[in-house]
Amino acid sequence: MAAIFQGVGAAAALSSSPSNSFDSKKLLFSPRRSFSVKKGASVVVVRSDGNVNLDLNPRGRRAQQLIANAVATKADSSATSSSSKPGHELLLFEALREGLEEEMERDPSVCVMGEDVGHYGGSYKVTKGLATKFGDLRVLDTPIAENSFTGMGIGAAMTGLRPVVEGMNMGFLLLAFNQISNNCGMLHYTSGGQFTIPIVIRGPGGVGRQLGAEHSQRLESYFQSIPGIQMVACSTPYNAKGLMKAAIRSENPVILFEHVLLYNLKERIPDEDYICNLEEAEMVRPGEHVTILTYSRMRYHVMQAAKTLVNKGYDPEVIDIRSLKPFDLYTIGNSVKKTHRVLIVEECMRTGGIGASLTAAINENFLDYLDAPIMCLSSQDVPTPYAGTLEEWTVVQPAQIVTAVEQLCH
Amino acid sequence: MALSMCRYVWWLSLSFPLHQFLPTLPARRLFPRPFPRCFRPPFFFLSPPSSLLYLSQSIFHSLLHLPFSLLSSSPANTPHQKPKGSRKVERDRTMSSAFSAGKFTTQPFPLNTSSPRSHDKPFNIPSATSPFFGSSRKLRLNSSSKLNLHRRSGTVVAVSDVVKEKKSKFAPNLLITKEEGLVLYEDMVLGRAFEDMCAQMYYRGKMFGFVHLYNGQEAVSTGFIKHLKKEDSVVSTYRDHVHALSKGVPARAVMSELFGKTTGCCRGQGGSMHMFSSEHNLLGGFAFIGEGIPVATGAAFTSKYKREVLKEADCDHVTLAFFGDGTCNNGQFFECLNMAALWKLPIVFVVENNLWAIGMSHLRATSDPQIYKKGPAFGMPGIHVDGMDVLKVREVAKEAIGRARRGEGPTLVECETYRFRGHSLADPDELRDPAEKAHYAARDPITALKKYLIENSLASEAELKAIDKKIDEVVEDSVEFADESPLPSRSQLLENVFADPKGFGIGPDGQYRCEDPKFTEGTAHV
Repeated sequence: MAAIFQGVGAAAALSSSPSNSFDSKKLLFSPRRSFSVKKGASVVVVRSDGNVNLDLNPRGRRAQQLIANAVATKADSSATSSSSKPGHELLLFEALREGLEEEMERDPSVCVMGEDVGHYGGSYKVTKGLATKFGDLRVLDTPIAENSFTGMGIGAAMTGLRPVVEGMNMGFLLLAFNQISNNCGMLHYTSGGQFTIPIVIRGPGGVGRQLGAEHSQRLESYFQSIPGIQMVACSTPYNAKGLMKAAIRSENPVILFEHVLLYNLKERIPDEDYICNLEEAEMVRPGEHVTILTYSRMRYHVMQAAKTLVNKGYDPEVIDIRSLKPFDLYTIGNSVKKTHRVLIVEECMRTGGIGASLTAAINENFLDYLDAPIMCLSSQDVPTPYAGTLEEWTVVQPAQIVTAVEQLCH
Repeated sequence: MALSMCRYVWWLSLSFPLHQFLPTLPARRLFPRPFPRCFRPPFFFLSPPSSLLYLSQSIFHSLLHLPFSLLSSSPANTPHQKPKGSRKVERDRTMSSAFSAGKFTTQPFPLNTSSPRSHDKPFNIPSATSPFFGSSRKLRLNSSSKLNLHRRSGTVVAVSDVVKEKKSKFAPNLLITKEEGLVLYEDMVLGRAFEDMCAQMYYRGKMFGFVHLYNGQEAVSTGFIKHLKKEDSVVSTYRDHVHALSKGVPARAVMSELFGKTTGCCRGQGGSMHMFSSEHNLLGGFAFIGEGIPVATGAAFTSKYKREVLKEADCDHVTLAFFGDGTCNNGQFFECLNMAALWKLPIVFVVENNLWAIGMSHLRATSDPQIYKKGPAFGMPGIHVDGMDVLKVREVAKEAIGRARRGEGPTLVECETYRFRGHSLADPDELRDPAEKAHYAARDPITALKKYLIENSLASEAELKAIDKKIDEVVEDSVEFADESPLPSRSQLLENVFADPKGFGIGPDGQYRCEDPKFTEGTAHV
């Protein structure tokens, strides 16, 4: 969990915030990682304890307030927006662009490569305007050769640059699998640590609106086994910008998964420089009865289902795992120890997906704390159909989530 | 009907080098070769037995050889001092006679470069699509003409004529100085001795896995890499031991890496196929073919980026990408040729065409076996050079690297070479014709250079023997060093997976996994 602390008031709120129930031993503070922004930026991102009930989509000073039934949907952010609030409002793709632009200004070796990123501005407008600002070589329009330009990004990363490689659609990166698996993940190891590959590979994936099977692929399951890479998935403008910046500053190769349907989410984000920790999960809604682990677009389906569940009397704890590889077992573990029931909701495939790995990890580490077997709701093992109705049924819907929670809690 | 039959039959005339039987045939412009499809008539789908294959290959290569000696684009070079204009006319005439049935050929005509290259200009590419003749007017050592299967009397251009205008007054006939010659000789002998020692060590059980040896191809590595500065980068394939040695990686480090010891250049984590050195800018060692070419393109991109975006004005680092004939059918090769030519990256693509990809003959795998022709298709010059001759390779390398350094863009160089051993130490090497092997063994680059040095009084037998001895000692010492080096301990298992080990994540206890004491022992479960 990460929260922005703006002044002393925040610290006071932290210590005094009431909560529903506390396990006494959790009051002990074990050493936490304090992830501070490099090069002395103005804001420190501090990781708080898992047992503090804070809404972790901070919007200025509201971060300290306890929101017992906070549902972090897009409706919330628009409801709270007003000109007197600090920060600025923007859409998710603009947040990505802002993060990218700030990093490019900060470090001249950051460059972007991809199809149509330059003059066209990116197929989802994430890189709009950057080519005019930074030039054609820093925002490079590549020919349609994913394997080779990803490899080129890796070669550039080895020799001192920090490229951000965009796959126009995550599915196209299947063509770059050779380079991502063999070179991106492995070169640091096979060279005995001589070469670092600080590359960021990003792109939109996930099931969209009737885009067809090949444009609706979820590649996180294919990439998760590659040793040597990190994978993160963004879901809100806040964490999109934060993760983008953290990924660019990281010395490891990072794959940033965005979702086609989330690009137009609006949120108010802080003006200050901030990053999100790449290895941490995000507490979306604290609760007591069941832990729901999710990421990317399914977060919104879960929050929608949470509204229904709250009305029915359940109190789900929703965690956006954000870091797909490696898993933040601390946040997840704390939650499991509290609620003893786990539901995983993901858009990835049933077989060998992120949910499957997460189920295994939780079973391995926290079996004693579970009162019921872990339930995992994933997409059907079906190539995403074109027809709208069929497509809807391949993906997990809020009604299924509600049913699953009811099942789990009985 | 007769015309359509000509289509299938005209090639017969080219399969036998008729022109050598026509004594008055003047220097035709044979570059690029008109030959390609003539050995595979449309109805001939079966692969020929190896001897026939060898025969076709030898004819193929001999055809490539002769015109290099013939071809001299500068009037001063040839014994036949003809004015420009008339030669051009003769060329056209001879071309048309050879291609009398040319209307029916399905292959494109060689590109027309009308102006013969003048010797006083630097390499000058008249247009983006015309091939340029780099090594064409190369001077061959006398020995090679003997090895030429098809005896051509009196057609070898006198080396001295060519070199006169190039070299200094001090050594008017020679391409290299004594120091350079000795450096080249030593490097090639080091490569050969090292690889021979690798084979020995492999059979003694000191190293395992796949080991690919470079015997016979030393001229390419030495010829190219000895032109580079330390900041220039080299990218190779799995056959990378000698590239590493030529680039400056100590023999000790390479041998230890092969033995899997911690003192190896990659701490024992890479092995034979993954030689890396950040100090010497050796960007690897790649196991899959074609994988390294995009990485090389990226390194060249960085060089251009540094010069143009980061404004490091003197950054003129060049990257060399070495790969084989099999790779030239791979998508990454073509994609990178496109990108490199598009952005004029400072890179040289060096094809080590040794005719065999494990057991697959280049002619059986490639529709158009002349790889250098693929360069002009992408807008870069494509050169073919005899890769068994280090001096020729060196000349071509100098021009190509110079081109890249000046920012004129990439070059594709095809070096015709041969590996004396099998593909790897596990390859029984049964498919290759012994006669072919013998032919190339007789053109051993080390023997050739030795002969050149001695005949031109650049070095004496004694000096060369001293170098041989010195190299033997170096190799012995590297083996001893590797033997005595420690094997990696368990604690090394989890190091270097991530540059920032926080990438292993946060464990259940809230600590980063890399802070777990078991992590440094290598027993942590990650």
